[in-house]
Parts: sequence; structure tokens; C-alpha cells
Amino acid sequence: MSDRRVFRTAIVPGPPRPGTFGKIRAWWGGWPIGQLAFLAALAFLGWLFVANVLGTMARIGILPGFGFLSSSANFEIGESAIAFRAGDTYLRAISAGLLNTLKVSLLGCVLATILGVFIGVAGLSRNLLLSGLVRWFIEITRNTPLLLQLFFWMALAKALPAPRQAPALFDAVFLTNRGVYIPSLSLEGAPFGVLAAFALAGALGGALLLALRLSGRLTRRTGTAAIVLSVAAILLLLTLSGARPVAQAPALSGFNIRGGLNLSPEFAALLIGLVVKFSALIAEIVRAGIQSVGAGQWEAARALGLHDGQIIRLVVLPQALRVITPLTTSSYLDLTKDSSLAVAIGFPDLVSIINTTANTTGQSMEALIILIGAFLTINLALSALMNIYNNRVALRGSSR
Amino acid sequence: MTTASPRLVQTLRTGLFGTRANTLITLATLVFLSQILPPLFRWAVLDATFVGDAAACTREGACWAFVTAKLRFILFAFYPTELIWRPALIILLLAAILTASALPRFWGRSLLVAWPLTILACWLLMQGTFTSTPIASNQWGGLPVTLFVWAVCFAAATPIAVLLALARRSTLGGLRTFSVLYIELMRGTPMVGILYVAMLILPMALPDAISLDKMLRAIVMITLFWAAYIAEVIRAGLQAIPIGQREAATALGLGYWRTQRLVILPQAFRIVIPGMVNLAIGFLLATSLLAVIGIFDLLNAARASAADPQWLGFYNEAYLVVAVIYFVICFGASRYSRWLEKRLAAGSKHA
Repeated sequence: MSDRRVFRTAIVPGPPRPGTFGKIRAWWGGWPIGQLAFLAALAFLGWLFVANVLGTMARIGILPGFGFLSSSANFEIGESAIAFRAGDTYLRAISAGLLNTLKVSLLGCVLATILGVFIGVAGLSRNLLLSGLVRWFIEITRNTPLLLQLFFWMALAKALPAPRQAPALFDAVFLTNRGVYIPSLSLEGAPFGVLAAFALAGALGGALLLALRLSGRLTRRTGTAAIVLSVAAILLLLTLSGARPVAQAPALSGFNIRGGLNLSPEFAALLIGLVVKFSALIAEIVRAGIQSVGAGQWEAARALGLHDGQIIRLVVLPQALRVITPLTTSSYLDLTKDSSLAVAIGFPDLVSIINTTANTTGQSMEALIILIGAFLTINLALSALMNIYNNRVALRGSSR
Repeated sequence: MTTASPRLVQTLRTGLFGTRANTLITLATLVFLSQILPPLFRWAVLDATFVGDAAACTREGACWAFVTAKLRFILFAFYPTELIWRPALIILLLAAILTASALPRFWGRSLLVAWPLTILACWLLMQGTFTSTPIASNQWGGLPVTLFVWAVCFAAATPIAVLLALARRSTLGGLRTFSVLYIELMRGTPMVGILYVAMLILPMALPDAISLDKMLRAIVMITLFWAAYIAEVIRAGLQAIPIGQREAATALGLGYWRTQRLVILPQAFRIVIPGMVNLAIGFLLATSLLAVIGIFDLLNAARASAADPQWLGFYNEAYLVVAVIYFVICFGASRYSRWLEKRLAAGSKHA
């Protein structure tokens, strides 16, 4: 007992743990006064700018602040996901613009990924003609400005024939100068029944998967069975509730085309432009990713008796995704930002609505703060999502 | 030749018809090309009008007469005709300094002096110094504007970017936080938004004593914007330098700035040059956004040329000319980047 006490007193205390102030001081680092002075100078400069802006606004009689959001906007919006008429509030107009931006970016990311993977794989083909064609496609799209490509697609969309003369592809897709008409798919019947069916079947499928997972019996076969079961449940519930899916093909009636889904020329041009440009970038990423997997991996997989499809799915893709995912993330971010070029071809995205708002209200500072805030939020959310996915595909146990 | 031809035939045969799947792909690609190329050829050559005026042009074929008539406008936009030698000289000056910067044998202190001088000379030439009437920036346009804005902004953004990158890597918490916030803010905002800030906010924010014209405001904001992108590329280079380099420099008694200037930055720049070239290509393409705020850069000049009442609507031809100009510059630059990467890699192996 006494030995222990002696031992305890013999311990030499280390330096005291830094307190909160000490931690901040250590984080702040050297040259403390100089840093403070620099940041203070920047803050002063910023204050000067803001004061000037406020002064100018006061002189021309504009009240600073976000109060203008609830006043009515006297302009029309060509197309929007939510109903908008002239006279609705600016908040609603800006929301409509934001939804348009989100719509075109999301569709663009998905379609560019699909097309990009196809082109990337085609570029790796041993066929000289195909890989050469892909090479030229990529070089041309990469080395000309996106805005130029958008102008080109816009000119093409405007040069399409009028609805009456428009050719129909498979009697379902019409390319006209009033936009692209594609078949639409919708559910008719009791909306409550539809919602209930999806909720019930979704809950059922989720519960099944969770139960399998918890009991440790989740394999490819049982998982597929659970999904098939819930899809069957959806269909059953839908038929029971009296709802039925209706596919409607556009058709010529009179001078115009009715039915189906109409993509405006601006939207179609913007979407095609973004998809084409970014599919070329993604194709390059996919090619680099697949080539980063060594030839030894292919040979080893062949020696194990796997066929080509299995090699791609089980050996090459999981490794290539480690290279591909972070690079595609930045492509998605760029695509979202580049969707702002919509303003140049007249698609009412967030940027063009913000521009109109700034011009009609004079509240340019507030409008631009909203714009920058919205894009920062989208970017941060998108990169957070992609980071989660990246953590799933990244090499386990590697040094980070 | 006698030995080369059979080998070429052999390569083509296996490359095009090696296996059954390969033959199918070749045939499918040929069908695809046969749908696209003949109409294109008919438009560009067979049905095209090469000389004459707008009335001679048909809508079925390309109107190359338009290009010969409007090429001067596409290249120089509204610049006074009798002074056209000035923007032409600017193109030559910028081409010369870019070529010199591209060749490793010219890398050195003299380039650092030559760059600001060239930019100053371009600015003076553009403004019409030593002529009776100064030329306002709203008369500038076309290729010189595109190249000038690109070169000025890239050159001015690089020193800012070095400071930002160093701050982001430093142990000074305040500066590091500022740098991170600045870089993320700029990289999260689309360039169109930055241009709107230049158009709408900057005139209000600056004191009345300072009034900048549209071109200058755009240049200031684009410089600040690109600095964030360049800073990230330089940071990647800084991160690649082993810590031993800094420790060795400290052991030799070098202070922070001399360590960075003499040891770290020269090595980091060597690593990031290919990345910077790629960035520069992207920036050149991005200058076309100047059209959004009504500056007549190359692309906007092309658009305006087809809005001429005498030559209305020849947009395809105008865009094609501009696309070729952009393509030649950017394709050349990307080839150069690849060559440089190989050369630098070879250099570091010898060292």
C-alpha cells in the first residue's frame, strides 16, 4: 500500500492542459496581431463597400432588405414546375426558377452519366472506327465553349419544322420548333389510393429488407425476392384501388400537337447541351477509371474462370469507381453551376429570374445574395451526398 | 513503304474486322456515319455558296460568302476600321508571349518582367493611345478581347492564388479560415453570378470617386474568381512537396518566405504546370460568358455578325468559324500540355 503512494507522488506533472483560450491561441498560430490587422482591414473594406451600396440604394429610394420577396412580380415565366402568373410574389418566382435549375441539373446529371459511361466504354473499344469517332466527339465537345454549343442546339431547335410538318419518330416523339414532344406516363385514378399503395408497398419492402438484414440472411436472391414482392404488391394494390397507369403519346391535332409531355425548345436545348458537354467529360473520367485497373486484375479474374460481364461487375468496376466517384462529383458540381448559362438562351432558371428580379426591383444586392446562397447550398448538399457514396466505394482501411 | 503498308492493312483488318462483334460494330458505326456525313458534306461543299452576297446564298447550303464578308467583324467587332492594326498587333503580341511562356527554355525572370509589360502595351494599344480619339472599351471586341481578358485575368489571378494557397496551408488560423471561406465561396458560385456582381453590385459598392467601365469591372471580378480555382491547383502542388524539403530549408537557416520562394514554390510549380494549362483552357472557353453581360467577345461578335440586316441569320456559319478558332487554340494547348507533362516527367527522372 505504502509503495503505491510513494510511486504516485513520484509522477512529474506534465505541462498543464491548455484551456479554451490556450486552444484558440494555438489554433490562431503565429503573427497574431498581424493576422488580426489583416482581417480587420478586409472587414473595413467590406463595410465600406456595403455602406456605399446602402448609400446608393438610399439615394435612389430603395429600401434594403428582403421585404420585396412578398411583393408581386409583374412578369411571366415561360415554364415552371409550380403554377406562376404575373402578380404572384417574387418569392414564388424565385422558387420557380430554383425548381427549374434543380430540374435541369438533376436530369442533366443522370443523363450525362448514362451517356458518359456508354461513350467512355465505347472509347475503350478495340474497334478503330468506334474509338476514333469517340475520340473526335470528346475533343470537339471539350475544346469549344459550352455557350457556343448551347447557341448551336438552340439554333437547331428553332430550325426544326412546324408541328404540322414535324417528323414523328416511332409515332411517339415529335421534334418541332415549338419543342420536343415525348410520351408521358401518368397514373389515373384515386390519388389517395395511389399514395397509399406506394406507402404500403414501400413500407412492406423496407421492413422485409430490414428483417433479412438483421437476421443476416440478406443475399442477392432474398433481396431480389423482397423487391419483386413489393413491386407486385404495388401493382396489386393499384389495380385494387382502381388506378391504372396511362401512357399518352403526343398526337397531331389541327395546327398543334396535343398530349404527351412537351419540352420547350429552351429546355431541350439546355438539357441536350449540358448532357453532351458533360457526357464527354464523364466519358474521359470513366476511361481513366477503367484504365487505372491493372491488366493483371483482368488476367487473374479470367484465370478464375469469370466471364467478361462478371469481370467488369465484380472486379473492374468496384476498383474503377474509386477513381471515378470523386472526379464525377466535381463534374456534377460543374454541371449544376453551368446550368446557369440558361440565362443566355432564355430558359427561366434561377439566374435569369434573379436577374429579372434585380432589374425590376433594384434590389440587386439581396437578389445576388439569394443566388449565391442557393448555389452554395446546392453545391454543399451535392458534395455531401457524393461523399457518403464515396465512403462506400473507397478503399477500406486505406490511409486518408 | 513496302513493309509499312501490309502492316497498316493488318492493323486495320484486326482493328475493324478482327472478330464478329468487331465487324458488327464497324458496320453499325458506318451506318451511323452514312446518316450524318453526306448531308453535312452536301451542306458544307456541294450546296454551299462561296462568293457573292446574301442574295446569292441558298438556305440549303452553307454561305461561305458570309464568312469572307464578315470575318473582319467576327474577329474585331466594332473596332474602328482604320485602326484595325492595333487589335491585330495585340493578337500577335499575346501569341508571342504565350509561345515564349510555353517553351521551357524561356522560363525565368525575364518572362515575369515581360508579362506585365505586354499587358500594359496591349492595354495602351487597345485604348488608342497616341491617336487623336481614345477608343472606349465598348468599341472593343472579337478575338483580341477574348484573348486579352483571358491573359490579364489569368496573369493577375496567379499571384493572388499563390498567396491564397500558402494561406490555406499555413499554421495561421485566421488567414487559413479566410482562405478556405474565400475559395469555397468562389468555387461554389457560378461565373455568371460573379459577372452579375461585376455588373450590378460593383458600381454601387465603389466610392463615387472611382468609376470603372464595364470591361474593367468584369476583369477585376473574373480575376478574383479565377484566383480561387488556381489556388486549389497550386495547393495540390504544395501538398506534393515532401516535408523534408521544408525542414532542410529551415535547417539551412532560411525563413518562411525564402523557403517558399527558393525551395517550395519552384518545385510545386513544376508539378502543377500541366494542371494550370488545363485550367487555362477551361478559362479561355469560359471567357465566352462575357456575352451574358453584353461584352463583345469572340462568340458574341459572331452572334452579332449574323444579326446584320444585310446578312441576316447565317448563325451556323458564324458559330462554325468561332468554333474552329476556339478548337484550334484549345486543342493545341491540350496537346502541348500532354507534351509538357511527358517532358517534365522525363526531366524529374533524370534529376
